[in-house]
Amino acid sequence: MTLWTWVLLAAASAFLIKLAGYLLPQSFLDSPPVTDLAATLTVGLLASLTVLNAAGSGQTLTADSRLLALLAAAVALRLHAPYIVVVVVGALAAAGGRLVGLP
Amino acid sequence: MCRGSPDPLVTVAGVSQWRGRARSVMTPAIRMGLSIAIATGVYGISFGALATVAGLDVWQTCALSALMFTGGSQFAFIGVVGGGGTGAAAWAAATLLGVRNGVYGMQLKALLRPRKPLIPAYAHLTIDESAATASAQADPAERRRGFWAAGLGVFVCWNVFTLVGALAGNALGDPRRWGLDGAAVAAFLGLLWPRLKGRDAIAGAVVAAFVTIVAIPLLPPGIPVLVAAAVTAGVWWWRRRRRQGEAAA
Repeated sequence: MTLWTWVLLAAASAFLIKLAGYLLPQSFLDSPPVTDLAATLTVGLLASLTVLNAAGSGQTLTADSRLLALLAAAVALRLHAPYIVVVVVGALAAAGGRLVGLP
Repeated sequence: MCRGSPDPLVTVAGVSQWRGRARSVMTPAIRMGLSIAIATGVYGISFGALATVAGLDVWQTCALSALMFTGGSQFAFIGVVGGGGTGAAAWAAATLLGVRNGVYGMQLKALLRPRKPLIPAYAHLTIDESAATASAQADPAERRRGFWAAGLGVFVCWNVFTLVGALAGNALGDPRRWGLDGAAVAAFLGLLWPRLKGRDAIAGAVVAAFVTIVAIPLLPPGIPVLVAAAVTAGVWWWRRRRRQGEAAA
């Protein structure tokens, strides 16, 4: 299947999940701890994606300027910087690392 | 005071009444929704740029923002594709990350009581920002206004800035020189950070990070993210059962 197929499938899935929230009976929300599991899954996925983007390249782990970006972003978040500033700080840290010759 | 009187006091009262009406167009909920929309929309630029860097074309990038319209899942999708993962793995990661929107949907249904024909529109605009803005209001009408202001506002800004970012990303050339791969790392950490409240959340994040590091060399690209999600859910389930056992004892 082409990338387009997956783009459209993923978009359809995202919409159906949102829609399901409105259509499922209230008892579903009340009975199992759905909210709690969804929050846990979200944290797990975001943590995994952070690590993957910071240290993964294909099937190998590499330490390069992206780790500087991770560190710089953490500092910015610690200082309560707005999201867009955090993203820019991450880019600047990685670009700076490469400028001084780091991989 | 009687109506139509030339009494200057009445005129003053009339002016302040008019001002009151003008102010009521911009209620606190609408103001909150719109400021969130602008702040969020701007980082559509980074999504657009990173998506083209990950290998999507401008149209695919814009389709994700218009049709999927949930930032976390969109970043997950391009994160997996950019890391060399398959489309199927990208779909799975994006879909799992979208599960929380289903929960928002349930909460918003109870909170906003939408009319049936409008439910698809409500559903499409159900994202972190609109759910947060709606639930931050006390008054039912304000909740609805907050939802629409944030939902529509983010939708417009997010899509416009995605296009800007996608065009810019295409023009930039080597993304690593500009640190765009570092921007992706920061983008994910920025999404994760506000959710790291309490011991359970932090433990979940540490477990997921550790599993990812172990799994990257062992499994095909894209799969480690899914394994990390599964293990996080497993640990959550185990901790819950243990807590229930303690409560029963």
